[in-house]
Amino acid sequence: MSALLNVEDLSVSFPTRTGVVEAVRGVSFTLGRERLGIVGESGSGKSQTGRAIMGLTAEHGVIAAKRLEFNGIDLLKASKAERRALRGRRIAMILQDPKYSLNPVMTIGRQIVETLRTHEPVGRAEARKRALDMLAAVQIRDPERVFGLYPHEVSGGMGQRAMIAMMLVAGPELLIADEPTSALDVTVQLDVLDILNRLVAERGMGLIFISHDLRLVSSFCDRVIVMYAGRIVEELPAERLSEAQHPYTRGLLNCMPQIGADRHPLPVLDRKPEWRT
Amino acid sequence: MTPALAINGLGVVYDDFTALDDVSLSVAPGESYGLVGESGSGKSTLLRAVAGLAPVSAGTITVDGKPLGQKRDKAFYRKVQMVFQDPYGSLHPRQTVDRLLLEPLAIHGFADTQARIVRALDEVGLGSGFRFRYSHQLSGGQRQRVAIARALILEPSILLLDEPTSALDASVQAEVLNLLEQIRAARNLTFVMVSHDLAVVTHMCDRLMVMQGGRTVEELTAADLAARRVNEDYTRGLLAASEGFRRSA
Repeated sequence: MSALLNVEDLSVSFPTRTGVVEAVRGVSFTLGRERLGIVGESGSGKSQTGRAIMGLTAEHGVIAAKRLEFNGIDLLKASKAERRALRGRRIAMILQDPKYSLNPVMTIGRQIVETLRTHEPVGRAEARKRALDMLAAVQIRDPERVFGLYPHEVSGGMGQRAMIAMMLVAGPELLIADEPTSALDVTVQLDVLDILNRLVAERGMGLIFISHDLRLVSSFCDRVIVMYAGRIVEELPAERLSEAQHPYTRGLLNCMPQIGADRHPLPVLDRKPEWRT
Repeated sequence: MTPALAINGLGVVYDDFTALDDVSLSVAPGESYGLVGESGSGKSTLLRAVAGLAPVSAGTITVDGKPLGQKRDKAFYRKVQMVFQDPYGSLHPRQTVDRLLLEPLAIHGFADTQARIVRALDEVGLGSGFRFRYSHQLSGGQRQRVAIARALILEPSILLLDEPTSALDASVQAEVLNLLEQIRAARNLTFVMVSHDLAVVTHMCDRLMVMQGGRTVEELTAADLAARRVNEDYTRGLLAASEGFRRSA
């Protein structure tokens, strides 16, 4: 099977006044049409990895890699126009909070139509129909009504469904979801994950699921990469998470309070300097 | 025994929106009480109503047997302090930690301010090296420790905690939860803690109330919840949701 995405020795760094900040340091992985989870705490470089693949690294950031290929296209050599054509059309990204990542002055329907018509030569009526179908596919009960609403008029769960609809309407092959449910209530979280799960399976997309929640990721993905300080410390199949070897992964799993476990005080992470290397 | 905090038939109305409707609870001195629910369930509104930050339209609140009026006096704030959710938003960005901790002491006319500031920082595990830093020079966990120190410096007996760890990483959350437990044991504090995370609340609290849409769904003990002895479907749904995602197909 040819891989959808090949990442070899990716590094992202940001020069600042006080020196170079190395956000991602030598990350390598390949992705097929599967669900890959990237887990880590704030500052681990998980989001910067996703952004580098998407081509959304901040202007002054420096990206280097031995290989960064999507479907045989070298993303490092691709021009801005080529990246732009890929983005949204073949690689799409779902962001954390619909409150901040949807356009507040445009109706939800228009935003979905805009995405579609940017990438495909479709007529107005056809685009509208496909947007409505897409809203129905993310289980919005009354697509006609939601189509005409502004983002501030819908709940967080509904907004996140709208964003999924917008990202999937052009039929991308690779979907990067950066904390797609962290801003949502637990019960709504499960609904949104269920929709994402079904659509990814039906359409045979590759998915990179970025999250700080190790348990959630392992219940959702096939494979999990654990990042610490810009590096991959461990990679393992999701169902074998309990057999994790690295002390960081084990510490992360351990420090969450669990219902029914009476552990006082909670075990805390003892961060070792050698994990950074 | 007089409850540390008793709430009876509390209602909060914003214009024509009922945020809290007929909620009653009673917390014993030294007890740790949890409030769980989704956004909009009224759990934070309840805390804010106790602190005097929400317009109470019905019901009574008593602290140590003393009913609270419309306006809270200074003595109330000596006794009841609050820690807010977002450590990035609750510390003054242009004040040093020292200045932040001095303010409550100055308001309440404490004399030995220097000693108290040093002690408060020690107690939350920061040490005096952090005393003259600004909040942007601290990590999220360190900021929340400063917020806790600021609440503790007046030696209150009741601490209101509004999602104290939900903005923090899991490993930092564990550290802050341990700190809170240790302080509660050392000072025999009463906690009222709000969280959307059932696991955090069962870990920290003896009893808890599940809320939805501004109303009480049910009240249970942490032991009941751990043993899955729940009566309401809504609580059962929350429990199932907290166990993570299950692939349906």
